Amino acid sequence: MSREIETAREYLRPAKKLPTVWCPGCGLGIIMSAMVRAIHRLGFEKNDVAVVSGIGCTGRMPAYVDFNTLHTTHGRALAFATGLKLARPSLNVITAMGDGDALAIGGNHFIHSCRRNINMTAIVANNCIYGMTGGQYSPTTPHGKRGTTAPYGNPEHEFDCAKLAVGAGASFVARTSVYHVRELEKLIAKAIEHRGFSVVEVMANCHTSYGRMNKFATPVDMLRWMKDSAVSVARAKDMSEEELEGKFTRGVIRERRMPEFIEVYDQLGEKLTETPAAIAGVKKLLESYDRMADRLKV
Amino acid sequence: MSNDKPNTQVLQGNEAAAIGALAGGLDFFAGYPITPSSEIAEIMSRTLPLVGGRFIQMEDEIASMAAIIGASLAGARSMTATSGPGFSLMQEHLGFACLAEVPCVVVNVQRAGPSTGLPTQPAQQDIMQTRWGTHGDHAIIALAPSSVRECFTMTVDCLNLAELYRTPVVLLMDEVIGHMRESVAFPQAGTFSLDIRREPSHGLGDYCPFDECGEVIAPLSPYGGEYRFHVTGLTHDKRGFPTMVPEEVVHKIHHIVEKIEDDADSLARYEEYMVDDAEVLLYAYGSSARVAKSSVRSLREEGIKAGLLRAKTIWPFSAKRLEELVGQLSLIVVPEMNLGQYVQEVERAMKGRVPIRHLGRVDGHLFVPDQISDFVRKEVGR
Repeated sequence: MSREIETAREYLRPAKKLPTVWCPGCGLGIIMSAMVRAIHRLGFEKNDVAVVSGIGCTGRMPAYVDFNTLHTTHGRALAFATGLKLARPSLNVITAMGDGDALAIGGNHFIHSCRRNINMTAIVANNCIYGMTGGQYSPTTPHGKRGTTAPYGNPEHEFDCAKLAVGAGASFVARTSVYHVRELEKLIAKAIEHRGFSVVEVMANCHTSYGRMNKFATPVDMLRWMKDSAVSVARAKDMSEEELEGKFTRGVIRERRMPEFIEVYDQLGEKLTETPAAIAGVKKLLESYDRMADRLKV
Repeated sequence: MSNDKPNTQVLQGNEAAAIGALAGGLDFFAGYPITPSSEIAEIMSRTLPLVGGRFIQMEDEIASMAAIIGASLAGARSMTATSGPGFSLMQEHLGFACLAEVPCVVVNVQRAGPSTGLPTQPAQQDIMQTRWGTHGDHAIIALAPSSVRECFTMTVDCLNLAELYRTPVVLLMDEVIGHMRESVAFPQAGTFSLDIRREPSHGLGDYCPFDECGEVIAPLSPYGGEYRFHVTGLTHDKRGFPTMVPEEVVHKIHHIVEKIEDDADSLARYEEYMVDDAEVLLYAYGSSARVAKSSVRSLREEGIKAGLLRAKTIWPFSAKRLEELVGQLSLIVVPEMNLGQYVQEVERAMKGRVPIRHLGRVDGHLFVPDQISDFVRKEVGR
């Protein structure tokens, strides 16, 4: 593993930002490490990568990695990332979000990003809880499980993040866990390479909050749960809904080539041959302004 | 620049703002449909592809504001347009842009509120929301046009000020200004300039995106450029990393306020009409000021020495011009389409030295000249 650690270290910011805010044994470090190894594997220059996050434990990830990094507001990482990507498509844009971040307060941005199909990647670290604020139940806390705001068990029903992404039209959806660390690296790399919007849901452990309240006393107990509950996509095909109850599928859940937003947008612009009525009258005027003369295409 | 005659067009304010944005070098627009601002988004969607820019319709105004901040960090001149309810949703990221010092422009074509209010009717009820709508101490720049021509010129000004001050700037239009059509002689090219973002010239590794280095505003490198750095909505140090060190926090908050408030006098711009010998001053802005101008003419005919001071810059508020006039004034009347917002700033500045009266209107209709004139007549005992 030491070679991997060395690789990861190359992408971490100088010592001032470390150690992380994360609890010892937290799965987020595994995700961050897999992400930088995936980026390394793809051979990107650091300047060509942007990592964008929202708020929460996962939201802190960008501060530690040596890329163009943007720590935004709760739930909004994808909305910021959308503008960033549209303004500079050469950037490889990766967002890192938690489950509450991506699916509760950011749920709207998440589904619309899925259907828009802009070429960027969303990593959703799903630890089934709001960790930073102290263990309140999230949209992925399983029905009946406990949180500090669901002391008698969660009366609500949880989202299946990957299924939600598929339903919302994402062109690439994968899921694995922090236990399946090699697969995680591969899936993140595959997601980044995919031309379109890609989602990687990563089951992660918050033993401090979720584990403490739901009989997973240690990180190891949580990892064991992931090992036992993960079912590969291939194997899941032959299993009934009842057999899959309480389990999660891992692997590439959907991969489909769909026209990418910026490609389509730019092609539509190229096809324009006449000045739209809206600026016909002022075209000459616009042409006379700084920057406009060489910008106007028709 | 050619010596052509001024390019005269009949346009509405929203159209002029959109065209001003293009002339102002806009690269990116994100928005969400809302009356009475939607024409701006429609025009941007039609025109931006023609100039190599990009438009996107986001899922809501929260996302629109986020997208223009993201685009601006990549170096794009960015703008959104909205109205009251959408402006409320944008407050979250207006604060982000203030703290993270990201240039961007928000056009708010004001309609009557609160809440959904009167979607198709004008108001000037977002004056204080513009100043204080987002949480935490900060400052803001806001301009208010009174004519279709100014919708053009002030959009250019807003884009420039955003870059110069590294801050969000608000163009406070209202429904009347946005939808009114009038003949506009557009300014000749070369009569205004585009202020481009100052980029750093540091050695690699030395760049601090929030270190002013003795200047007022720190240069901002675009993402994907030469320098890698961190931007956060957490209070941050000069390198951009979160800090809770009291001195660093104090520096940051003072900086984002003072870089704007210290320039309040130089940012303040007015139109003055018969102010020189005025004893009764109508202090107004936006569409209300157009009406107030007519009132000044009527009042003058009756021998009442009225004048109009029209604030083009709403925020930061400057008291300088009022201070110069304080000795000659016997009355200040502030007509605005709200129940008393900007008048509070005038009262704060005058500290009781001149009687101040507010004339409000919140029925979704523009003032009429007689309403303002009658109010003044009554106040001066005519």
